Amino acid sequence: MTDTQTNQAAPPEAVDKSLWQDFRESDFFYAFKRSPVALVSFAVVCILVLSAVFAPLIAPTNPFDPASLNLMNGFTPPLEPNAFTGDAFLMGTDDQGRDVFSTILYGMRISLFVGASAVLFAMVLGITLGLVSGYFGGWTETIIMRVADVQLTFPSILVAMLIFGIAKGFTPVEYRDQMAIWVLILAIGLSDWVQFARVVRGATLVEKSKDYVAAARLIGRSPWAIMLKHILPNALSPVLVIATISLALAIIAEATLSFLGVGAPPTQPSLGTLIRIGQGFLFSGEWWILFFPACTLLALALSVNLLGDWLRDALNPRLR
Amino acid sequence: MTAHVTVRGLTRIFDVSKPLLNRILERRGKAFLTAVSEVDFEIEERTTYALVGESGSGKSTIGKMLVGLLNPSGGDVEVEGVNLAKETDGDKVAEVRSDIQMIFQDPYASLNPRWRVRDIIVEPVASKGGDTKGLAEKLLEQVGLHPSDAGKFPHEFSGGQRQRICIARALASNPRLIVCDEPTSALDVSVQAQVLNLMSDLKDELGLTYLLITHDLTVVRHMADRIGVLYLGRLVEEADPETLFTDPKHPYSRMLLDAAPRMDGFGREVPPPTGEIPDPIDPPSGCAFHPRCPLAADICKAERPQMRLIGTSKVACHLAE
Repeated sequence: MTDTQTNQAAPPEAVDKSLWQDFRESDFFYAFKRSPVALVSFAVVCILVLSAVFAPLIAPTNPFDPASLNLMNGFTPPLEPNAFTGDAFLMGTDDQGRDVFSTILYGMRISLFVGASAVLFAMVLGITLGLVSGYFGGWTETIIMRVADVQLTFPSILVAMLIFGIAKGFTPVEYRDQMAIWVLILAIGLSDWVQFARVVRGATLVEKSKDYVAAARLIGRSPWAIMLKHILPNALSPVLVIATISLALAIIAEATLSFLGVGAPPTQPSLGTLIRIGQGFLFSGEWWILFFPACTLLALALSVNLLGDWLRDALNPRLR
Repeated sequence: MTAHVTVRGLTRIFDVSKPLLNRILERRGKAFLTAVSEVDFEIEERTTYALVGESGSGKSTIGKMLVGLLNPSGGDVEVEGVNLAKETDGDKVAEVRSDIQMIFQDPYASLNPRWRVRDIIVEPVASKGGDTKGLAEKLLEQVGLHPSDAGKFPHEFSGGQRQRICIARALASNPRLIVCDEPTSALDVSVQAQVLNLMSDLKDELGLTYLLITHDLTVVRHMADRIGVLYLGRLVEEADPETLFTDPKHPYSRMLLDAAPRMDGFGREVPPPTGEIPDPIDPPSGCAFHPRCPLAADICKAERPQMRLIGTSKVACHLAE
């Protein structure tokens, strides 16, 4: 993927120094510069992620600090001064007078954190099981891949709800709200590892038969060293693509669970929780409480997804 | 001269059965493929022993068993007097293993594309915690590449250069035995000669022992001190190159040499070898070569010939003399 332009007499230090330069001269970066879809979706993702990370600095109010809330501000429409207090809000306020724009910024933090952690968890689990089943084969492979097949026959949201329900049953009541986020990550991650495992297993089967693996075995390297240092780097580009697309799916899965009321608690609302709160007011005319969180979710999921699609095309030499 | 490698009755059987469910439904038993069958030979120290034979004759399987990538189904492989498959003393095995290296056929598949050349070359030493400072540069120079190539990736090199990198990696742990599995068959003819010359120079310089696996008879003639001819996993003839090329004893060796292109016989009519190599799952009875053999007699179908010493050659044929 990276084309180095090192000269014959280049000293060894020059190689490490030019890593950024390597990247800028690579086909990958060239393809990125030439794709409007990639540029726009990357920009949108960056803006959303940065505004979520720096939410405390950007948000006009802290929606979870009761002291800063004024119940009189409830149901203020966007960009109109409140009839009682005269305060105006960019995206209006909800029933308790919380600024919708601020709740979105804070909610996106939860959504992104849950989505990214769930994907990371699924990725680690899937890569490990995929490497093990592909490399060792035999019964290990049969068991792991049959479990994966069985899990695939259930809709992943159902699996996530099942895991969420079971895990919640085991957490003490007083910790439930604090634990909800972690249980959510566990549930989404466990429902999502299968595709990582499948792809990594396939790539492992291909790489395992190549002679560089035989060369490593022959000098007595352990199976784990071979799997992690030799096979994994060569199986990573499809994993990267799946991880990006999974991120969009995980964010949506989290929103769905929260919308159904089994996800993030109202004390730590994610975008899904905000949408659930908002839909209660939709038919009474306060459309903004639903509309803005929904638009943010759409923009986030869509741009991550488009970026993943582009990445798949860019990393697959056969499609070029 | 002592024998560096001793191979006795080496046999490898692969299970090529269909899955259990298919076997039950189709009412068939297990199927076994005998890739290597009771092969005996010795490799003297600091010599090159060549194994030649058609595709599927089990050459590569023998090489893999020698380096420990495959376990023998029967028989013994002893390297420096240690049986790698049976020895229980871990230190002894590790010591002998670090004396054995391998060069592979396809230089495009035998180098990890994500690793820099430096890391590839020093891996045999680095994985044992050895000192690797300047090692890659020294080895690259030894195999005729530039020391600054250490920072590059494998895809920046041609096939011949990659094979040189493979040789450099094989030399890193100071081995005494190198198994070369068709080291030149993926290379251009002009590059083949360079790589072969490099290999023989290194052999003299470092006192290496080679097991050369190939189907290219010209390569064998120039490199080998002793040649073993394989047919269907069985050693049929073993001789030094001069004897084998001027006076092949086994009818199969004769057929093989007649089929090879020759400079002096340019434009001559070559009688193509008759018949196909038989199915190793269901090998012929007696001598495996009898269905294709012009001399075949009744005894050839009934009894498997043992190795006999005729002159300086060893031949497994009832009728050869």
